[in-house]
Amino acid sequence: LEGNDGMELALKYFNPFDNLLCILLGISFTVWFTLLLVFIIVPAIFGVSFGIRQLYMKTLLKIFEWATHRIERGAKDNNHLLYKPYSNGDGSNRDLDHASEFEMSDIFYFCRQGVESIMDDEVTKRFSAEELESWNLLTRSNYNFQHISLRLTVLWGLGVVIRYGFLLPLRVTLAFTGVGLLVVLTSIIGFLPNGRMKNFLSEQVHLMCYRICVRALTAIITYHDSENKPKNGGICVANHTSPIDVIILASDGCYAMVGQIHGGLMGVIQKSMVKACPHIWFERSEVKDRHLVAKRLSDHVEDKTKLPILIFPEGTCINNTSVMMFKKGSFEIGSTVYPVAIKYDPRFGDAFWNSSQFGMVNYLLRMMSSWAIVCSVWYLPPMTREEGEDAVQFANRVKAAIARQGGLVDLLWDGGLKRGKVKDTFKEEQQKLYSKMLVGTQEDRSRS
Amino acid sequence: MGSRASTLLREEEIEEIKKETGFSHSQITRLYSRFTSLDKGENGTLSREDFQRIPELAINPLGDRIINAFFPEGEDQVNFRGFMRTLAHFRPIEDNEKNKDPIASEPLNSRSNKLLFAFRLYDLDRDDKISRDELLQVLRMMVGVNISDEQLGSIADRTIQEADQNGDNSISFNEFIKVGNFLIFCIFGNMNYYLT
Repeated sequence: LEGNDGMELALKYFNPFDNLLCILLGISFTVWFTLLLVFIIVPAIFGVSFGIRQLYMKTLLKIFEWATHRIERGAKDNNHLLYKPYSNGDGSNRDLDHASEFEMSDIFYFCRQGVESIMDDEVTKRFSAEELESWNLLTRSNYNFQHISLRLTVLWGLGVVIRYGFLLPLRVTLAFTGVGLLVVLTSIIGFLPNGRMKNFLSEQVHLMCYRICVRALTAIITYHDSENKPKNGGICVANHTSPIDVIILASDGCYAMVGQIHGGLMGVIQKSMVKACPHIWFERSEVKDRHLVAKRLSDHVEDKTKLPILIFPEGTCINNTSVMMFKKGSFEIGSTVYPVAIKYDPRFGDAFWNSSQFGMVNYLLRMMSSWAIVCSVWYLPPMTREEGEDAVQFANRVKAAIARQGGLVDLLWDGGLKRGKVKDTFKEEQQKLYSKMLVGTQEDRSRS
Repeated sequence: MGSRASTLLREEEIEEIKKETGFSHSQITRLYSRFTSLDKGENGTLSREDFQRIPELAINPLGDRIINAFFPEGEDQVNFRGFMRTLAHFRPIEDNEKNKDPIASEPLNSRSNKLLFAFRLYDLDRDDKISRDELLQVLRMMVGVNISDEQLGSIADRTIQEADQNGDNSISFNEFIKVGNFLIFCIFGNMNYYLT
């Protein structure tokens, strides 16, 4: 009997709490959603900003400065080298110039170059995330920063809680909202008859959804020189660091995307987008056919009512410290090229997608659990191919302009080296240079 | 990628490598980070393909020979110790090292060890002599297809003539030292700024 009484008492105590709990949960959800709507989604629709993200960024910077200061002090006490030294070998031919006949020691020159490239080379490091000079409280970018103080570790722990407990769910919700709206609204617009109304609505819908996605990543973007924004009938080229590049550019202007049709969710998004506005999607089999690709692109740019095409000529993601070889295909078409330079600030989260290390979903989760994505976008003045310039030279000229503006290293190496082998022609060039040096002297000797 | 560097290399190992090669603590952790980034198979050793993946090394005419120098006789994998031991040859010679323990064995980056490294690039069969054939092989690697066999042959003959002192038509290590010595410091000395 007493047991039963105890049970009844217990139930009496739990029930009101139960109700209370439900009410509290309900209220907090409503509040949360209202805040979300007011502060994030509505501004996204109209393209205005409350400046919340800028404030967030400034606060974070102050915290990082303090953290770095503490780490530097700690490192000095323990006598550790903290920052990765930057190597800038010039690879000059100085040592071979004076040697005009073969000497046994000529191998030292190639030997040194070889061992230097083993210790550090210009290419392979472009395919992995840049190493930071200061720590941004994310373990993933931790190069040499060991446990220094309790306060720092607590701060890091707090960071983990905030990022995974608060920011990540918020961002994931926003991402789903943005993508969902994009698919639904573009499908609806697809039913409208072709004309100015349809184009206008399609542009607005695309912009709105991309803006929501920008907020879903807490991307803080600064656009420079917007007077040079790409116009209809042109091709916009930019350096490629991650799939987020598309979202960053497309939230500030309307572009026709180019790409291969994927399966799954990506394919669904692509198919619905093309209903509202003529994007250029290729089947896998068509991608290999260069003439077909070129034809479709040139047909598109000739139609001045269609939006400018967005292309990433590197063909693969590079880690945003350099710009690698541009594939000449988009430069052969002959329309105006609008170069755009995108530079990410790695202090808040590294945006580079290392596709051999992470899949797409994993990558997006990492992005959404970083502090923020901070980047600068420069719209460079339009360029056209000059007389007597071939596609490759034109591509290199555009690439140099982008590298200069973004503060990136301009490399001639092909981004395809991420996965493929280097062509033998480069080695043959080196051999030719060396031979010229030797043979030159032989001819002199035979003459004398 | 970066965070794996210090955690997998224990302090005792770093100390041992320090004693053996003379690299500093920070140089060792930096090179370990480089080693792991080259090790795509993530099994703690590098194969020849891992080296070939470095484009600047793949286009080096002597690339294969240099890579070979890292692998002990007949082996296909090199671990971090072996990697560091080979790289130690390229550490610049410091004056204060000469005053250290005179009984200790010769450091890896001593002048004669550097020359021995270069000698071995030529002397593939390890018979301590560079024959005309071995010299021709290296020459051919450096010039590619741009010089005819006859011309190359005469370059090789002239070189052996100048260096050979005991008339056996090949170059021994002592003869090699006399030919190669003076450039060592100009060239190998420059490695420093990669290692500070």
